[in-house]
Amino acid sequence: MRYASRLPLRNSIVTDSDDSSNAERPAPRSLTELFVTFTLLALQGFGGVLAVAHRTLVDHKRWLTREEFVELLSLSQLLPGANIVNMSLIVGDRSFGWRGALAALSGMMLVPLVVMLSLVAVYNQFADQSAVAGALRGMAAVAAGLTIGMGLRLAASLRGNPLGWVLAATLGLATFVLIAVMRAPLVWVVPGLGLIGWALARWRLAQREEA
Amino acid sequence: MNALSPADVLDLFARFLMLSLLSVGGAISTAPEMHRFLVEQHGWLDDAGFTTSIAIAQAAPGPNLLFVAVLGYQVFGLTGAAAALVGMLLPSTLVTLAISRWGHARRDTPGVRAFVHGLAPMTISLLMAAGTVVAMPLVQAPEHRIGSLVLIVATVLAMLLWQVSPIWLIAAGAFVGALGLV
Repeated sequence: MRYASRLPLRNSIVTDSDDSSNAERPAPRSLTELFVTFTLLALQGFGGVLAVAHRTLVDHKRWLTREEFVELLSLSQLLPGANIVNMSLIVGDRSFGWRGALAALSGMMLVPLVVMLSLVAVYNQFADQSAVAGALRGMAAVAAGLTIGMGLRLAASLRGNPLGWVLAATLGLATFVLIAVMRAPLVWVVPGLGLIGWALARWRLAQREEA
Repeated sequence: MNALSPADVLDLFARFLMLSLLSVGGAISTAPEMHRFLVEQHGWLDDAGFTTSIAIAQAAPGPNLLFVAVLGYQVFGLTGAAAALVGMLLPSTLVTLAISRWGHARRDTPGVRAFVHGLAPMTISLLMAAGTVVAMPLVQAPEHRIGSLVLIVATVLAMLLWQVSPIWLIAAGAFVGALGLV
């Protein structure tokens, strides 16, 4: 059995027959749209951009499905570099090749960089005030809630995963215990559990093909 | 800020090029190495300066990776910011584009399909773990425990039930926090 590809993004290298079926799926129309979209989502990302990226790319623009978002996140996590930066590069690259990657990356970086360097000066003057410390605490709590909420929403995309719910839940639980409870380093957990998940999925897919 | 020597900037650039390839799990995972290089080895920055740079980057909008530029800025000004950020981005960008294209071209092969499905549970769980790790210091401090727990649960509910935009929730969190309620 073959999975119909639902990737809406054009790829500069791959041109295959699936592209015709994606005509109705939204995709970035221009380099400018890529740049502006990533600038706006980066500027809304206090304490992490991922939750805003999920909302913009999946809910609003619909450039990615929930499953594709998880897929790009898996890949970004495994590769060197910040997850959100890698994700912007891949989305840009699959739309307009390296120029798209550059547009998405600079959208993510340029304006936020200017804002941040300006904030360095302001912050140094007000850092001692308790209201500022309180506001930062409040923002951190909301950022934590946003990340957990995004995880819960994406968990629904596991339905229909060839692993089946027992294996998927076991892998998820193992990840959570290792990272959040035992504080094991990501550098070991991601490749280790990733390899186990990959091998299990490969085995399940092979089982399906036989059936 | 330190006196600018081209050799020093080059040294910084070269070191961050190398750290880029080690930054699996995000740039923040190489922060201990940056601390060793900037604070212990060269003394370009003190401990407080290093910690504040990371704190500001996390509070400000934009990718947390930008803390690299703040570190570079505090060491060598704008030249330092550019050297650190470009150094940190260049190698990982090239690797990401190469591997993404390679995988996308083979997306119907069993190996790549197993990658997509097999890693999804871990990736989703990592998000919840990341949220928990951020929440832990707040929840463990007795004076902030109740306020921050209420705020976290309210955020999750607002997101799941009403799909409120993150920016409003962050603003509400900042407001409630500034009033001293968290």
